[in-house]
Amino acid sequence: MTAFRLANAGRLTPAREIRFSFDGKQMTGLEGDTLASALLANGIHLVGRSFKYHRPRGILSAGSEEPNALVGIHRDAARKTPNVRATVQELYDGLEAVSQNRWPSLSFDTGAVNDLAAPFFSAGFYYKTFMWPKVAWKRLYEPNIRAAAGLGVAPDEPDPDHYASRYAHCDVLVVGGGAAGIAAALAAGEAGARVILCDEQAEIGGALRYEAGASIDGQDGWSWARAQMARLAGMANVRVLTRCTAFGYHAQNIVALTERLTDHLASPPADMPRERLWQVRAKRVILATGAIERHMVFPGNDRPGVMLAGAARAYLNHYGVAVGRRIGIYTANDSAYHAALDLKRAGQRVQVIVDLREDPKGQVVEEARAAGIEVLTAHGVVATSGRLRIAAMIARPAGGGRERSYSVDALLTSAGWTPSVHLFSQSRGKLAFDDSRQIFLPGEASQDCVSIGACAGIEDLSATLEEGYAAGEAAAGGSRKKPDARTVVSENWSGGMVGTGPGAGPNDRGRAFIDFQNDVTAKDIRQAVREGMRSIEHVKRFTTNGMATDQGKTSNLHGLAIAAEALDKPIPEVGLTTFRQPFTPVTFGALVGHGRGPLFDVTRRTAMHQFAEDHGAVFEDVGNWKRAWYFPRAGEDMHAAVARECRTVRQSAGIFDASTLGKIEVVGPDAATFLELLYTNPWQKLAPGRCRYGLMLREDGFIYDDGVIGRLADDRFHVTTTTGGAARVLHHMEDYLQTEFPHLNVWLTSVSEQWAVIAVQGPKAREIVAPLVEGCDVSDEAMPHMSVRECRVAGAQARLFRMSFTGERGFEINVPADYGPAVMEAVWAEAEKHGACMYGTETMHVLRAEKGYIIVGQETDGTVTPGDCGLDWAIGKKKTDFVGIRGLMRPDLVAGGRKQLVGLLPKNPKQALEEGAQIVANPKQAKPMTMIGHITSAYWSEALGRHFALALLKDGRERIGETLFVPMPDRNIEVEVTGTVFYDEGGEKLHG
Amino acid sequence: MARRARPAMPSASAFETPPRAAVLAGRLAAYPTVSVTPGGSASRLSLRAPQKSRAALSRALGLKLPESPRQTAASGPRAALWLGPDEWLVLDSEGADLAAVLAPVVALHSAVDVSHRNQSILVAGPGAEAALSAGCPLDVSLQAFPVGTATRTLMGKAEIVLWRMEAGTFRVECWRSFADYCFTLLGLGARDAAI
Repeated sequence: MTAFRLANAGRLTPAREIRFSFDGKQMTGLEGDTLASALLANGIHLVGRSFKYHRPRGILSAGSEEPNALVGIHRDAARKTPNVRATVQELYDGLEAVSQNRWPSLSFDTGAVNDLAAPFFSAGFYYKTFMWPKVAWKRLYEPNIRAAAGLGVAPDEPDPDHYASRYAHCDVLVVGGGAAGIAAALAAGEAGARVILCDEQAEIGGALRYEAGASIDGQDGWSWARAQMARLAGMANVRVLTRCTAFGYHAQNIVALTERLTDHLASPPADMPRERLWQVRAKRVILATGAIERHMVFPGNDRPGVMLAGAARAYLNHYGVAVGRRIGIYTANDSAYHAALDLKRAGQRVQVIVDLREDPKGQVVEEARAAGIEVLTAHGVVATSGRLRIAAMIARPAGGGRERSYSVDALLTSAGWTPSVHLFSQSRGKLAFDDSRQIFLPGEASQDCVSIGACAGIEDLSATLEEGYAAGEAAAGGSRKKPDARTVVSENWSGGMVGTGPGAGPNDRGRAFIDFQNDVTAKDIRQAVREGMRSIEHVKRFTTNGMATDQGKTSNLHGLAIAAEALDKPIPEVGLTTFRQPFTPVTFGALVGHGRGPLFDVTRRTAMHQFAEDHGAVFEDVGNWKRAWYFPRAGEDMHAAVARECRTVRQSAGIFDASTLGKIEVVGPDAATFLELLYTNPWQKLAPGRCRYGLMLREDGFIYDDGVIGRLADDRFHVTTTTGGAARVLHHMEDYLQTEFPHLNVWLTSVSEQWAVIAVQGPKAREIVAPLVEGCDVSDEAMPHMSVRECRVAGAQARLFRMSFTGERGFEINVPADYGPAVMEAVWAEAEKHGACMYGTETMHVLRAEKGYIIVGQETDGTVTPGDCGLDWAIGKKKTDFVGIRGLMRPDLVAGGRKQLVGLLPKNPKQALEEGAQIVANPKQAKPMTMIGHITSAYWSEALGRHFALALLKDGRERIGETLFVPMPDRNIEVEVTGTVFYDEGGEKLHG
Repeated sequence: MARRARPAMPSASAFETPPRAAVLAGRLAAYPTVSVTPGGSASRLSLRAPQKSRAALSRALGLKLPESPRQTAASGPRAALWLGPDEWLVLDSEGADLAAVLAPVVALHSAVDVSHRNQSILVAGPGAEAALSAGCPLDVSLQAFPVGTATRTLMGKAEIVLWRMEAGTFRVECWRSFADYCFTLLGLGARDAAI
């Protein structure tokens, strides 16, 4: 048994000893301990150094509000979690904890020199000190401040754990498993509602864990909670989630919970996620989040051994640990007396109870006196001493007078209980200030939620239970039944104060801490007000009060009260800072959930992906798609591979996977009419079996998309779109169909993924395709360029297009996607006979650019018209309406001086041009030069034996033949302006 | 409606019909309370039609096209899932040529074969609801989503059609290039559901 573990107290089993280490020192604790209770059992209060002043700090609380006791928990090289609250971390066998923010050791820390220099580090120090010289900020100040800042060390290996996520729906979500929450969940569950009850602790029970004076129907509170847990566990419609924190309250009653599944286990099962994120949609939320005890604000209140009275009770009554042997109490409310009585009963010496109140009258005060404990009323604690742990406290009458010193090894303080309104505030509910008790309570709700119990300011256990049952029944839609007869014995916790006590006033010297984690003192708040901060939001940011990872759970109200006093305003007029999520820190893992690695985003692969991979393809990302980029053979780099692919397609043929193109089947008697309206081209007279290049504009007249459209029947078109445009073009069409042209009988169906598309391009294309085609004649006469047939290819039903994006004779074989791999194998077998090759998107880009074919999004950027691209021919001259027709008439679009698509040839054929480079007429002009255009596409052409480019150039078509310049960092490249077609201008190859 | 003349296909082919290469062939995620398996091949039709055509189309399909949100109708291997006021996803687990079934129907409609656009995934077992809830924000409890309900919804970042075929069996239909993502996510959901 460790030194401070008592045989006569607590609920843990002495036989269940487990080992753990702290800063390398081996110790033992008991199963059921938290790291904090185990450390205290070993007599250890000092667990860390504070953030700014490196002051020694101990354990303040026994819960998730802990500001001080942050440690690193190390499982292995990749599992090192920094800033874990020792009060929340459950002990497991072999747990390894290390202290933080100290060097070289916890008891001797060189950073503590900051504490001596504290007068220089007052609020706003950073803002005022590192102002000049300006250049020093980047080189000197910021790097040094960054190195000194921060708590804990993040692991440098990827997180090997996995995290799960679930959506859940319920009638009633009860947040908090104390007496109120248990009662609400029971009532709602018994009324048949779907209930989720979550609690951040390992077991439900809340304050009943330590409220020794409470009993319900003759049972002590904790036993009652265990019995109710068994009842809840037996209800199929109730889910109880422990170790589960509700951290974010979103719109429409969606509450985010994080459930910790393995952090308490010595050897977590491999399949078990470390955490699970729950996104709960509740018809009603019942907030039973309890209250958080505030510490007293006095000089030296941050010494290890100074802790919250309620926490000391939890360590004693639940964990069987005495936090000290000589206890001092400093309080302004009744609940701390219970701590004194509990500890005294357990055999510890209670030196004194210092009560700031004039004349406390509670029954518990009399009990303390009767037990022989010295009670000093109207007194305050004005100083403490002890280097790494409190050794003495000095009390003084509140109005001044004789000081008394008490030797103590623990000082328990309580300034009262702050209702935990965080989630209610996050739900956008309004808070109301209770003047008599100096606390904020839930006011008008803005969502369907209700606050019950201590978070609603209810102190009495009997009233809490009544409210809980009533809220549960109401949430379940039931009417209030006659409540069970209950005999409830409640403790009285009334009283409390906010702000500073004696010794911490405006004229006192000592440092009285408000926010332990960010080292903010009462002085800092007053200084902020002196320096002109009026809004509590400014005071908060200037002092960083409440901005640490604990979000000021113990400090905010004190800070507000001190600011209000300094401003001489009532508290509600100063206002409260916004409560933000998360309620307690949440791991990134929990937020990311399954969305990492292969599930970070969708990776789309075509039906023939494996075939391409087997043929050595290098892939590029195009949106979410993986597209074969080029197919290098042994010894080839990208340039060599693309050059070979280009050569092969022009000499023989190439095979290309075009499956990612968007495809929309437009069906209905008004299909042609609809396409007339959405595309610039005429469609009514296109005969079934024929195709046409279609150009789609936005209302403003600029190019939106393009693609080849085939007419399969009078009432059926097969529309293709760009790969990137697939989804938005369908939405664009659907939008117009539903809002502008709802009278048309036509329907749009995405068939992008129905069809696998194999393009066969090159002089040998027909020889390759012909042996596989059944049901149609593929001769030039029967199936000319820009036609489409339904037939069979290699046994699969197919839509066979005669079309080209290379300038060569070409076919695009569309087969139902599952047949893609087999048809591809068949095509490849034929292709190999003719020396054809696989080619990728890079070669496709080169070959189309040699023909001057634009790519929407490459030659166009949302400000390019058909005329700019030389595509006036694609506009139906007799058409009176289509989307963009009026846009095209806008003055700016018809005026001269627009950039037009042209070709560029560098004077030196071996000189590469760069996409995005600017074009100037005279490279010797002064900077900034007048830029008259830019390059949109630039490649090496194997067919031309030279570099070439496409460019958008001001009045470009008039400049054909001119010599211009492309200024680059190291040279000016001389280029000649040309037309856009570099290869087979007459199109003989296309038509065969 | 001007009917589309179906192209004459050669009846005798020199080629065998190629095998269907399903994206999820061979995949399996089996846990004690829930399994995730590929749903097998089927023929599928995206059917669009105004109300007045519904009776004729129902007759041809041999089932009554459902008229209200989230409803389904099934008859033998064939089922129709309501996806919108004028939209159904028609499935035939035996692969019947659904376009051919509707070809003689004169009433106004659009029938587009999407047999290969979708892949299906079956999620079955007492943990199916929990597995789905890893990525589907809908309430899929039996009371909110009873047997025979179907809807378009989300699975993580992917759009799916979700159909509860039996109390413990859901069918997920997704586009083929999203199938790997959906299956992987459902597999992880199933693993978590089994804990």
